[in-house]
Amino acid sequence: MNGMRRAAIALMALMLVLTACGDDSGGEVQAADCNVGEIDRTTLNFYNWSDYMDPDLIEAFETEYGVDVVESFYESNEAMLSQLQSGVVYDLVVPSDYMIKIMIDENLLFQLDKDALVNYGNLAEDFRTQPYDPNGDFSVAYQYGTTGLGVNLEAVGEDFVESWALIFDPEITQHFAGGVSVLDDPRETMGAALEYLGYSLNDTDMSHLEEATQLIQDAKAHIATFDSDQYSENLALGEVAVAHGYSGNMIVDIGSADNPENFVYILPEEGATLWIDNMAIPTTSAAPCTAHAFIDFLLDAENGAQLTNWNYYGSPNEAATPFIEQEVVDFYADTADANLEVIEDQGDYEINYTDGLARAKG
Amino acid sequence: MSISAGVRPKSPTERMLAGNAWLVYAFFYAPILVLIVFSFNENNNVGIWTEPSLRWYRDVLANDAVMSAIRVSLIVAAISTVVSTILGTMTALSLERFRYRGRRAFDGLVYLPIIIPDVTMAVMLLLFFAQSFQWLDAALGWRPSFGIATISLSHIAFNISFVAVVVRARLGQLDARLEEAAADLYATRWQAFRRVTFPLIAPGVVGGALLALTLSLDDVVVTSFVAGPGSTTLPVYVFGLVRRGVTPLINAVSTLMLVASMVLIAISLGFQRTSRSRVAIREQELEPN
Amino acid sequence: MALPETAAPELELDSRRAESRRGFLIGLPAWAYLTIFFALPLVIVLVYSFATRSSTGRTQLTGWNLDSYRRLVDPFVFEVFQRSFFLALTTTLICLLVSYPFAYYIATRGARLRNILLVMVMIPFWSNFLVRTYAWKVLLGSDGPISQLSQALGGEPIRLLFTNTAVLIGLVYGFLPFMVLPLYAALERMDWSLVEAARDLYADGWTAFRKVTWPLSRPGVIAGSILVFVPALGAYVTPAILGGARTTLVGDYIVDQFLAARNQPFGSALSMGIMLVLLAATVIYFRSGAKEV
Repeated sequence: MNGMRRAAIALMALMLVLTACGDDSGGEVQAADCNVGEIDRTTLNFYNWSDYMDPDLIEAFETEYGVDVVESFYESNEAMLSQLQSGVVYDLVVPSDYMIKIMIDENLLFQLDKDALVNYGNLAEDFRTQPYDPNGDFSVAYQYGTTGLGVNLEAVGEDFVESWALIFDPEITQHFAGGVSVLDDPRETMGAALEYLGYSLNDTDMSHLEEATQLIQDAKAHIATFDSDQYSENLALGEVAVAHGYSGNMIVDIGSADNPENFVYILPEEGATLWIDNMAIPTTSAAPCTAHAFIDFLLDAENGAQLTNWNYYGSPNEAATPFIEQEVVDFYADTADANLEVIEDQGDYEINYTDGLARAKG
Repeated sequence: MSISAGVRPKSPTERMLAGNAWLVYAFFYAPILVLIVFSFNENNNVGIWTEPSLRWYRDVLANDAVMSAIRVSLIVAAISTVVSTILGTMTALSLERFRYRGRRAFDGLVYLPIIIPDVTMAVMLLLFFAQSFQWLDAALGWRPSFGIATISLSHIAFNISFVAVVVRARLGQLDARLEEAAADLYATRWQAFRRVTFPLIAPGVVGGALLALTLSLDDVVVTSFVAGPGSTTLPVYVFGLVRRGVTPLINAVSTLMLVASMVLIAISLGFQRTSRSRVAIREQELEPN
Repeated sequence: MALPETAAPELELDSRRAESRRGFLIGLPAWAYLTIFFALPLVIVLVYSFATRSSTGRTQLTGWNLDSYRRLVDPFVFEVFQRSFFLALTTTLICLLVSYPFAYYIATRGARLRNILLVMVMIPFWSNFLVRTYAWKVLLGSDGPISQLSQALGGEPIRLLFTNTAVLIGLVYGFLPFMVLPLYAALERMDWSLVEAARDLYADGWTAFRKVTWPLSRPGVIAGSILVFVPALGAYVTPAILGGARTTLVGDYIVDQFLAARNQPFGSALSMGIMLVLLAATVIYFRSGAKEV
């Protein structure tokens, strides 16, 4: 009993200590102040998604500026956030749209010195201001894409409605050999269900969310897999008839299939997701000016084009368009007309999307 | 005292056991075969075979990120295997052969890393390192960084328990009187340990070490949380690639690692043979005719 | 105790104390290591399980509460846990059934062959886990060898992928060495003369096995079962890739809390809950094993 009491006291003491140490978020916004092409440190810690940056571009930057770029990779925004909040030092990160807002709220990002970004004008107007970063003070768009449906024409037929029904309506999906694949991402999947039901993917009404949960549960019998990684490979392999996923992967994997003309990527008419990944500089960075130089480097028209030609995602860099492969330009040209929404962080409500998906899976 | 020391007729049970063993090995190596075959696939997509090609093997050596990841993985695995095997063996001995106050608490503590979910271990280590680095910075002005050190420390933390469990299973089989007799024979406990106990538990220690090595080389969740810039290990790198699509590049890397380990094994077995035959020759020389 | 009876009682006590101290000291380095790098971090998680989650997902170390623990009794959480439990149990049983004869076979070979066979067990696992799992995807897919075999036999193409069977195959495959190694370690050092004697005594080999070999190998069985069951309970990557992530398992649920949901307090409470259950289960299992030996 003595030991237990001592343990309890120690625990409470620790709690008090940790409370006292408290949060180091909040406080003033840190503004960067850099000259054009200034290099404050010759090592740049670049934290990015895997296979998202052309190694040749890295080399070109290293040669031009005499900097050593150390690349590290993460597989989710949240994992990246976790690292940053623990004080791990990175100089440049590539968060997605909703994550930028969270990071701004948490005061984790440097306010950019636009004077140091000579090529800023290359960025298309639409991408300079977004709800998650109203004045574009903290982030510069890197690549964008859409989330839609990859369809195997052989399995589905030529004549079909471009709708989320292709994955959510059992009447339709029951005829597909192999079933369908749906993203394992709470915001994307619950969002798609909400859009199919006629709501916004940023809807915050619990009763609507429950409808969406029920919809997915009813559709589950023909959902072969919830997969955020291998959906396009599975589609190209013929394992599933319809796959919910991101545009870039779709292009690449459909292209490497036995019979690419049998596949098509569509954006459902009820609405789909437009997502934008952005470059941002964490406040823990020891080399904000070098980071600015790198951002500026990527904003160059030809460099921006080289990036897109390498990873097949959409380029927010208007000046780069003439240098981008026609195939990719055509692919993303349609997105201008489509019914698209950007995912926005919903604060306290956010957790319900995750719970909703977990429950839908059962 | 192995039962197969002499010649025995092959009973039906023997045959079944052998047959079962073959099946199990086939089971073990089936995906490995697939893995190797597809490393020669021309196509990007791992599942769709197009034509044979060596391009991925060429790419491996050129790919800095992969080579760096392999290097980090091997360093971390080496450090964590050695340290955790030593600490784990000591733990097993301490728990199994001695009685002292607090032994139960220690016993419990050693089992916790085995029953804790990966993610919890990952997060708690991240929080711990983050917090201690903050304190160290405030107290000493020195802020350590996340990297090979933090990954190794984390791997050791869970490996000690696994090594201990394996060695204990072995110790549990041994007759303690053998060691007590050795204690009578030899002047110091250390000699008794070195000449009697250790050889007896050696297979357990080796088993534990192999387990620790495997766990370290394959760890994803814990490593991805406590790694830092430039210290990505191979499994974490592959896990990250999954987002964009696994290409046969990783098959090529895996095949190379398999070949490397098999070569190492062959070499070490060759050494054992030579040393054993040398011992045999020595024994013959010493034998009175 | 192998001490001569003529020793003075005080000397005997001293010697026992010295033994005791030696044991303590041998274990001390590991104890210290685990206290710093495991117990302390664990306490941090325990503390976090009582914390609150801010609207941006940050953990606030104020407003201590039991909300996260209250959620643990939600029927959904129970369902998730139950599913993972039975999956882990099945995996463990299959591993045991497959590994025992296998480990027995290896343990009864000659010394050099034993080592080679053992290492051949480990080698596949020095390749990358994800790559192996994707290789299983190919094997179990619609175009894989199993499917082609059934087609050759005149049947339908079988797709084992995205089924519970596939998940079991993947899990058993991944955890088999964890069962083989402890079993081998226990079997290899058995006193085979006891088994021979038992064979002479009993009418058939099966009774000899049941009465002698099996009980003697029990420490290995227990160690192996724990080494398989526990991680299998928290496994989620293999079930996701081979099973299609069509149901929520405990491991995935916890990962979700720490990453996607950024709800560290609930993730911590879940982890604590799982650990307590596993702790209770292993203690019970251990006690039952110890009683019968």
